[in-house]
Amino acid sequence: MAKKKVTKKKVVKKTTKKVSKKKTTKKTTASARTKSHSRAERDAHTSEKLSNLAQNIVDSVNKGAEPEMDVPVRAASNTNWNEKKRILEMGDSVGTRQLFNLGQARKFMQTLLHSTSVSDLIEQDKTSSLRGMFYKSLHTIEGTKEKTFDDQTESDGILEDLEVSLGSLREELHIFAKKRGTMVGNITVVDSGDEINCRKMGSGGYAIPSICEPDVIQFKDVKADFILHVEKDTVWQRFNEDRFWETHNCILTEGSGQPTRGVRRMLHRLHTEHKLPVYCLLDCDPWGHYIYSVIKQGSISLAFESQRLAIPDAKFLGIRAIDYDRCELSDDVKISLNDRDITRAKQIAAYPWFEKDKQWQKEIKKMLSNGFKMEVESLITKDISYVTEEYVPARLKAKDWLG
Amino acid sequence: MAKAKSSRTRANAETMAAKQRDISVSEFFAKNRHLLGFDNPRKALLTTVKEAVDNALDACEEAAILPDIEVKIEEITPPPSVSKPGRYRVTITDNGPGIVRKQVENIFGRLLYGSKFHRLKMSRGQQGIGISAAGMYGLMTTGKPMVITTRPKKGKPAHHLELAMDTTKNKPEVTVDIETDDFPNTTGTRVAIEMEAKFFRGKGSVETYLEQTAISNPHCSITFIPPDKANENPDLAESEPEVQADDQGIVRTQEFSDRIVYPRTVDELPPETQEIKPHPYGVELGTFLTKLKQTDEKQLTGFFKNEFCRVPPSVVASVTKEASSKSKSFSGSTWVKTLEPNDAEKIYKALQESKLRAPPTDCLSPIGVKTMLAGLLKGVKAEFYTASTRKPAVYRGNPFQIEAAIAYGGDLAGDQQARVIRYANRVPLLYQQSACSAFKSVVDTSWKNYGMQQPRGGAPVGPLVVMIHMASVWVPFTSESKEAIADYDEIRKEMQLALQECGRKLGQYIRRRQRMKRDAQKRDVFERYIGEIAKACNHLTGTDTKEFYDKLLEQAKARTEIADAQLDDEGNFVKDDHGRLAKADDVIILDSNAEQDATNNDSHISETKPVTKKKRVTKKASKKKRTTKKKSTSGLFN
Repeated sequence: MAKKKVTKKKVVKKTTKKVSKKKTTKKTTASARTKSHSRAERDAHTSEKLSNLAQNIVDSVNKGAEPEMDVPVRAASNTNWNEKKRILEMGDSVGTRQLFNLGQARKFMQTLLHSTSVSDLIEQDKTSSLRGMFYKSLHTIEGTKEKTFDDQTESDGILEDLEVSLGSLREELHIFAKKRGTMVGNITVVDSGDEINCRKMGSGGYAIPSICEPDVIQFKDVKADFILHVEKDTVWQRFNEDRFWETHNCILTEGSGQPTRGVRRMLHRLHTEHKLPVYCLLDCDPWGHYIYSVIKQGSISLAFESQRLAIPDAKFLGIRAIDYDRCELSDDVKISLNDRDITRAKQIAAYPWFEKDKQWQKEIKKMLSNGFKMEVESLITKDISYVTEEYVPARLKAKDWLG
Repeated sequence: MAKAKSSRTRANAETMAAKQRDISVSEFFAKNRHLLGFDNPRKALLTTVKEAVDNALDACEEAAILPDIEVKIEEITPPPSVSKPGRYRVTITDNGPGIVRKQVENIFGRLLYGSKFHRLKMSRGQQGIGISAAGMYGLMTTGKPMVITTRPKKGKPAHHLELAMDTTKNKPEVTVDIETDDFPNTTGTRVAIEMEAKFFRGKGSVETYLEQTAISNPHCSITFIPPDKANENPDLAESEPEVQADDQGIVRTQEFSDRIVYPRTVDELPPETQEIKPHPYGVELGTFLTKLKQTDEKQLTGFFKNEFCRVPPSVVASVTKEASSKSKSFSGSTWVKTLEPNDAEKIYKALQESKLRAPPTDCLSPIGVKTMLAGLLKGVKAEFYTASTRKPAVYRGNPFQIEAAIAYGGDLAGDQQARVIRYANRVPLLYQQSACSAFKSVVDTSWKNYGMQQPRGGAPVGPLVVMIHMASVWVPFTSESKEAIADYDEIRKEMQLALQECGRKLGQYIRRRQRMKRDAQKRDVFERYIGEIAKACNHLTGTDTKEFYDKLLEQAKARTEIADAQLDDEGNFVKDDHGRLAKADDVIILDSNAEQDATNNDSHISETKPVTKKKRVTKKASKKKRTTKKKSTSGLFN
């Protein structure tokens, strides 16, 4: 990642200086959340932080000093495993982004452009998608043919930087991501004042919004006993069609692969606010294992949000490497592991939270010795509803999962 | 030998003896003309011009005359087809001292006749075969004699001779011998040879040879009239304008409609070289014995003193002592005549094993850094020039000196292998490049260290001309046609050291240019983003956009100024208004387009914004003694 383009000297210098500052910002954001300020108050707070960012630059230029801003480093090197809380946390390293540094000048300019765009959004009390933000800050620099952003990826990265450097959440910046993920089950959700009965969502389900904060989403009538999170839409359809959530009194969610912040926040809130255990039904491959790892411990790029997203108690229900023998599956379901899968599996096995877990070590070793991966859909070879009627109920009954 | 059993009469010693006779040198070379560089019609033209020009330059320099040489090639019969040669007349006119009437036949009409073979002195020609061989080739292919006009004395009429050669006797035949006033120069010589040949341009051609000669001899002025120009405008030669300096104030080679002129850019003749006596390390036993036999000296001390260099009486004493045995002892006063061949061999061996001082080096006349730079500047359009002259060294008892020079950038093609131009005693070597020690040393040098690309086992790739010169009293060629320098370790080592010296300077220059590029880029980047940042800050804090922008711009400029100033403090870059200047003795840097390159390379940089920055002209300030700058419109060193 380019953000950490800071010379070592500077990191040392800055971290010592910045630790205190970082703590104060953390405190303010934490209090902002717990007290659940009114929207206007929260917006005012964000605006202030934005103008402070710019004012610092103006001040230092007026003093003749170098214009710069501090951006916490979002990289593996600055991500720590908190063994006590069992989540990934962002470390204290702060990079300095300078205007008069060839490698950072463009990013410096982009960060300020996005700051202005966010300030506009807050002023007009509107929200914008990530793609919208890209377009909002996109223009050709006067007198040149250079565009302020080359593509949305560049813009998204800058927005994440802005989040961490302001200590504000995405929703506080009035930005949302594309909707992804579906929910259905024995619960009623109040979304922006509209009551949504998740028991009556037909075949489509309730699309989980990208912002699931308490001021937008409240829960009502939480009757379910647990949450079953499946990897993708196709599997979710199977469970919904078989009315699994009804027969087993649960909430059924799906994250279309790697779950977005919205989905993870929804799961996290249901888990913490209503004490619902979370069970995950994912593919038996490194990708599935990684999805589980992110749900459970958090990710590197969003380590600063792990506190609000990670569910250390989430369980991994399947598919397990032993299922090929246990469920007597046919040879046809085998998808052989390629070199990348094998390297990835070894990396995952070395994660600190898996490293000391004997069961997980055994699981990954078994998959590697099998030499193949399996998708959840492979259970269809037994019977179309085998997964909903036999596999998952049996695992739940036997409390057979990885933790 | 098989015993004669058949009825056929076999040769016996008697009959064989009847056929055995002298082979004249001329006959030998008539049959083996490839040894002299007359292998094919293309090369014949080059070899003729080369021999004549070399002789002319040698003669002029010996007589301390700044050479003015005209080379004219006329097409008499065009080549009937691609594979067949045409007929050409080659005329070379010089302003040298001329040749006295008595010697004309010997010089032009006999092979192996000359002043250069028997002495150890640095000169272009060595064996004395060249020009007479050319005349012989002309005679053999066309039957036309060689025409020589020479005026040895100012104010007197010139001699006009036509010479044919009797190859069996190695003797010239004079067919015409008159006096004439039809000669343009006050003194000088003109040689005209008609021959079968093929005229062409490009690699290995007469034109390339003259171009390279002009580079290594900037003190001479050469006018070349190739057939297309000679035949079309026979009378225009005088009416065309003189060579003018170009817009950078440099006098370069210029092509007119009727001639190509390689102008003189240095007015000093190369220093006169001294003749030296052979050094014992370079003498073989046979030669040693011959010298013993021929010497007029009576005693060994005198023999060594007069026939060799670096053998003082003290050395003679120790050598003779070393060679003495119980049966026979020698000393400096031993009579030469009393020595048996065995004794002589003993002394020879002792001499070879004794420690002798290296031969004197005042016999060498290197081109010199300044002159090489002047030559390259005239002949090669580049932006960076550097040169280096090594100290004299010795191989096999022969002193020699290596020089190298490099021209880089400018109009040179960047995607091709570097052009290597090789010289031996200022004479360009055009053929057998890969067999030549000079080329091998270029390949062996690791140019990657100096910012160039280099394929494995090849010459570097880039906009580069590499010039290597070997000056020696005896240049070891691989063959008589004098096309490649033989591979002696001592020679190769010196060549590499010279190349490395140049390479280091080139590397410095390239790195500096890259740094300048980076600086320019940096400044552009900052200036580009400042506007956006000022607007954003205005939006967020209400700061005045214009005011803030000016402050940022000020800072950006200050920062790049700091960068510039640092360069100044290092003494590496100094602004120069005159466009070009070399204060360093061994480096010339011309106005480069480095910044424009930077603009083109960076896609982000505006195309609408004109490059307003001044082209930076740089030069390397020398740590050595600075030469005073000479302003001149006609030439750098004039």
